[in-house]
Amino acid sequence: MWRHFFHRARQNVNFMIGFVLVFLLLITAIVSEFYTPHDPIKMMISNRMEPPSKSHLLGTDQYGRDVLSRIMQGSQTSILVGGITVGIGMVFGVTLGVWSGLVGGWWDETIMRLMDVLYAFPAVLNALLLSSLLGPGIRNSMIAIGIYNIPVFARLSRAGVLGAKELDYTAAAYSIGRGRLGVACQHIFPNVLSPLIVQGTVQFAVAILSEAGLSYLGLGTQPPFASWGRMLLEAQTFMGINPLLAVFPGLAIAIAVLGFNLLGDGLRDVLDPKLMKSR
Amino acid sequence: MLTYTVRRLISLAVSLVLISLLIFTVMRIIPGDPAQMMLGTEAEPETLEILRDKLGLDEPLLVQYFSWVRGVLTANLGDSLRYNVPISGLISSRLLVTAPLAGIAILLSVLVGVPAGLYAGMHRNQIGDYGVMIFSQMGLAVPAFWFGILLMLIFAVQLNWFSAGGFIPWTESVSGAFKSLILPAIALGIIRAAVIARLSRSALLEVLDQDYIRTARSKGLVEHVILYKHALRNALIPIITIIGMQFAALLAGTIIIENVFYLPGLGRLAFQAISQRDFPVVQDIVLLIAVMVVGMNLVVDLTYMFLDPRIRLE
Repeated sequence: MWRHFFHRARQNVNFMIGFVLVFLLLITAIVSEFYTPHDPIKMMISNRMEPPSKSHLLGTDQYGRDVLSRIMQGSQTSILVGGITVGIGMVFGVTLGVWSGLVGGWWDETIMRLMDVLYAFPAVLNALLLSSLLGPGIRNSMIAIGIYNIPVFARLSRAGVLGAKELDYTAAAYSIGRGRLGVACQHIFPNVLSPLIVQGTVQFAVAILSEAGLSYLGLGTQPPFASWGRMLLEAQTFMGINPLLAVFPGLAIAIAVLGFNLLGDGLRDVLDPKLMKSR
Repeated sequence: MLTYTVRRLISLAVSLVLISLLIFTVMRIIPGDPAQMMLGTEAEPETLEILRDKLGLDEPLLVQYFSWVRGVLTANLGDSLRYNVPISGLISSRLLVTAPLAGIAILLSVLVGVPAGLYAGMHRNQIGDYGVMIFSQMGLAVPAFWFGILLMLIFAVQLNWFSAGGFIPWTESVSGAFKSLILPAIALGIIRAAVIARLSRSALLEVLDQDYIRTARSKGLVEHVILYKHALRNALIPIITIIGMQFAALLAGTIIIENVFYLPGLGRLAFQAISQRDFPVVQDIVLLIAVMVVGMNLVVDLTYMFLDPRIRLE
């Protein structure tokens, strides 16, 4: 099975580009924990607003901090937010969705109606609401984006369960006396896994975008820790003097999101070749 | 058809009640005294008492909820704590910025996205198709607010064609107001166009794969008749859903983009209300946006019903 997967994956351009970009992002996030060309937080006012040079490849910002180092540190924020928010969405969403699909009836109706309601709150709105109550910060942004992810995964896994429930092997498992939980874990869950992985990748990208937006508004990551959205907020003030400051962090966001989106597209084709035709 | 409409309306009403309950509960589970949070720890006890009384915080929760809902239904939302003016007036004046901004953006996204997607679908695996696909991948990856900053950098800072943010009121100059909305609307609209293009392309390809298209081909119909008479009409149904679904994303986008361009719209009001801890305003704006999202979903469903007889007959 794995050999088959790798064979198809290697031939898929989207998957390969996405994989390389995501891999580079992960490596950057890990490396930046131990090494950055300069201290990303330390201010050096005498070096402020330097253009790109050998010692500062992407120049320095208004406090003389090295932009490359800050972008490297910002990748940690993106990976952290993506991972945690997709985790929150998957754990709660899949549990609710699978339960809803399996049990049906009154439970199904209630859970799905609640999911509809949650879906009416875009991530930014959630975050606005939460940070007005609990104050701005990365933790609250992650909760907000995570909550937004729950209905996405709940709907997807419920649909998968409803499909798998009708299949012969599920009926066979019930007929030999397996309980609901056993059937769900052993027979139904593996069936909804691939769409969940694909959606997880896509939501990772959405989370990076949302976090950047929230940090731009000042509600996400708080200074002095670097985040790409916050860097853009600060850069905008100095756009007239140093336009490049407003370019690099945005490029970083776009490349990271592009990576996850391409990986998601690629995975979709690789995991379900039947779908490939319509894309 | 009537049954379907009624059923959708009932489900909308249920959603609205749940949404209002959710917002109300979230706003009330704040640890601590909301009045204290708004005024700070230094506030005098008398001032706190006045504010508590004004917000009705001493009333039972259920009474508070119903008086809020009654206020919403009668458009009597009370006063903003910071601006000391009626919230309904505040919101409607801000809507004069946000509504046209969202309107121009969605128009732009449809005018660019749908033709681009259909073109790509019709010319599958040709250069044009690849071009549209690259455009849509980039659109999905670029944050609208960064695109806005770049547009501002090029057209306002470097070329000086537009002002770098701010808004000229409609009463002062219609063309000026319109001009202040162009860059933000482009930033929002082009990004949404990328999504619409991608999904429109898939919708058309899916239809082109259907049996009746094969039948049409096999009975010798010319390709453009197949496309325009058979395929496009059916592809339009999912495309309408896609456009409707963009609405929520677009509204969320306006919150950020209004801050990029310093536009005095609903999003900026929400943002300011939060930093100033003006809870009643936050509560009402969040409700308004959520209502707009579910309302739009209803419009999409009903449009769907008109276009697809199968749903009507269900």
